[in-house]
Amino acid sequence: MSLKMEEHRDDLASKTGMWLFLFTEMLLFGGLFVVYSVYRYINADAFHLAAQELSVPVGTINTIILLISSATIAMSVTAIRKNNKKLSLLLLGFTILLGLVFLGNKYFEWGHHIKENIYPGSPVLASRGQGDVLFYGLYYFMTGLHALHIIIGLVFIGFIARLIIKDRIVSDNYVLLENSGLYWHLVDLIWIFLFPLFYLIT
Amino acid sequence: MEHEKDHIIPYRTFLYVLAGLIVLTLISVTVTKIHLGTLTVFIALLIAAVKSTFVLRIFMHLKFENRMFTIMVIAVILLIGVVIFITLLDYLYR
Amino acid sequence: MSAHEGMQEPNYLEFKGKYKGIYSWIFSTDHKRIGLLYLFSILSLFVIGATIGLLMKFELIAPGKTIMDAKAYNAFFTLHGIIMIFAVVIPGLPAVFGNFMLPLQIGAKDVAFPKLNLLSWYLYVAGVLMVVISQFTGDQAPDTGWTFYAPYSFRTAGNMLPAVFGAFLLGFSSILTGLNFLVTIHRMRAPGMTWLRMPLFPWTLYATAWIQLLATPIVGITLLMIVAERLFNIGFFDPTLGGDPVLYQHLFWTYSHPAVYIMILPAMGAISEIIPTFARKIIFGYKFMVASSLLIAFVGYFVWGHHMFTANMSGKALYIFSLLTFLVAIPSAIKVFNWISTLYKASIYLQTPFFWAMAFIFVFMIGGFSGLIIGSLAADVHLHDTHFVVAHFHFIVFGGTGFAFFGAAHYWFPKITGKMYDALWANIGLTVFFIGFITLYMPMFFLGVAGMPRRYFDYDEVFHTGNIISTMGSWILYSGLSIIITNLFVSLKRGVKAPADPWGGSTLEWTIPSPPPVENFIETPIITKGPYSYK
Repeated sequence: MSLKMEEHRDDLASKTGMWLFLFTEMLLFGGLFVVYSVYRYINADAFHLAAQELSVPVGTINTIILLISSATIAMSVTAIRKNNKKLSLLLLGFTILLGLVFLGNKYFEWGHHIKENIYPGSPVLASRGQGDVLFYGLYYFMTGLHALHIIIGLVFIGFIARLIIKDRIVSDNYVLLENSGLYWHLVDLIWIFLFPLFYLIT
Repeated sequence: MEHEKDHIIPYRTFLYVLAGLIVLTLISVTVTKIHLGTLTVFIALLIAAVKSTFVLRIFMHLKFENRMFTIMVIAVILLIGVVIFITLLDYLYR
Repeated sequence: MSAHEGMQEPNYLEFKGKYKGIYSWIFSTDHKRIGLLYLFSILSLFVIGATIGLLMKFELIAPGKTIMDAKAYNAFFTLHGIIMIFAVVIPGLPAVFGNFMLPLQIGAKDVAFPKLNLLSWYLYVAGVLMVVISQFTGDQAPDTGWTFYAPYSFRTAGNMLPAVFGAFLLGFSSILTGLNFLVTIHRMRAPGMTWLRMPLFPWTLYATAWIQLLATPIVGITLLMIVAERLFNIGFFDPTLGGDPVLYQHLFWTYSHPAVYIMILPAMGAISEIIPTFARKIIFGYKFMVASSLLIAFVGYFVWGHHMFTANMSGKALYIFSLLTFLVAIPSAIKVFNWISTLYKASIYLQTPFFWAMAFIFVFMIGGFSGLIIGSLAADVHLHDTHFVVAHFHFIVFGGTGFAFFGAAHYWFPKITGKMYDALWANIGLTVFFIGFITLYMPMFFLGVAGMPRRYFDYDEVFHTGNIISTMGSWILYSGLSIIITNLFVSLKRGVKAPADPWGGSTLEWTIPSPPPVENFIETPIITKGPYSYK
């Protein structure tokens, strides 16, 4: 990232590396989609009923929050390319804020279920039957892993914001900002599929 | 390293795409309120796929990148699909 | 071609950078030093794993308890598998020879992401440490086998969490190496080196890297699910909660089958380097060698169910997996045909690496054919979980990856160290090792057909003779290994100085000094033709 490296800089290599890393994340979640597909097939009715206990409004709001945050981070790339450092940082800040709101929503959603003693390993859940155990197991595991990736994404974006402040990311050297955007968009993409699979299969 | 000859995507484009994505989200929610049986999920997933295409092509810039990236993305998605399909071959036919 | 010996440029071993002593190694981002860090780690773990194997074989020299009880034997074969699979043969060739040779063979001065490369090694060491910790903490050592099958893996009192987490870290190391190699090959080939002018070892590293990248995350998430079972009773694979243990097997093998192609593809690549050099002839069918590497990687994703033929899958799944298993053998056969065809009317230069390559072809074919036998549904009903399978995978993995590793070690020893190894002792070692290898593993085919199960510390008296022969084979093999490894270390100290190109090789690494300078190439090479052209 130092200026000395300018002559040897290969932005395409950097971007390719990020895309390849995104593929590993897609396969990581892909394994969970395999599990989901199998258990959904076997326990179609139980999944259908359990899904009704999730709040569609909250899920929808969370979906829209992530979509907006994707737009803001994409726009922050445009901003930096147009040399508008302030706007770029503002948009990144907004992205982070939206991410935090998403996490807050998830905290309350989970809290609601945990208060009713529905969580992996709970006797209450076990007594509700195998379909419910699998549905909620997948729900907690997949949204939990997703939330972990949101946290990682927010840290990454924060790090990038710092680089912009220090003028290490500028209008002709912005591949790291793009890469953080790519990561964030992937987190959005995963949620785009998690949302219908858990909230809309009623 | 010479930079891509591509243009800078205007803010407006992102906002239009965002609007479209939100509309699609609301459509998928409304659709599921209608009882279409197994078709409901299929439509919800189809809409999710359309939303993903917008995110990939515009937000993630695939439309303006070297074709190689798009091919790789499609290949990875197909790979996951085939793995799910083959695994289901076990469960569907037990 | 260079005569750069004697020029100012220090070689990578004597180079004095920012750090001193051991720190100049463990903080180095030079791909050559990182390759050697991996060599040191992997060789150490290989010796440990081999010693465990030796002890296991000693237990099996007679029925009943010989030196250990069932519990200890279970812990031993688990550790043997975890070490050999995750810490030796999967990283093996890519991490050692891939790291060292890939940039050299494509005319680059390092890999695409040198710091990420060092991180890969750190993750490797961390993973190994976790596995070690699993042995010395908790109530008892892991005893599930390296396959961690559910539900036992979350019910056992064995200390699974550190072992599983260790495997996870080792997997992450593998993913990052694959990522690094993919970008390196895409972006850093020397001017004029088109894809079809790239040597075959980098091509196999490329195919392997795609598998490392795309298959490993699946076992990553599967291991995390095992952790969730152990810690939270999540129920994915627990039949009492609605989960299916067979789904664990699907997920596990969806990675672990492609993993064997991670093991074998770079091995085949190394053989494809050795044979043209010592045949002084261009490889037969370069384009088919490239295509077969890519095909093996691709088709290899879809055969995992052949590890599960007796696990009660549907009939449809059985047929499809068996069919695909037969299909995936075809590109491997193409390679063997092409290697042998290269020798036709060739001018053969008999040296140690060539002997390893010939031995490789022999044992790889035995391993491969035995794979087709157990790939047949009806035969596998009898042979699954017997010593036939143990023989199969040792022939094809130890015989395949292991022999290629030693072949590559001797082939590239002069380049890496700047010294020549003692050829007489190398050949003696190889001979003793080979005799031991056959004596150890051949009887297992017959024992398996006769019905001896695997992963049992005891067996029926009727299997006794075969086991005695096999155990004696393990002593001979171990002696051979000792000779080979000792010879390499002694040659490191006392070997004759090696020229830039001791074998008459035709790929880029032979155009620079032995050992190479830090930045590899003083001037960026310009490539005008493909590899392996002689005269």
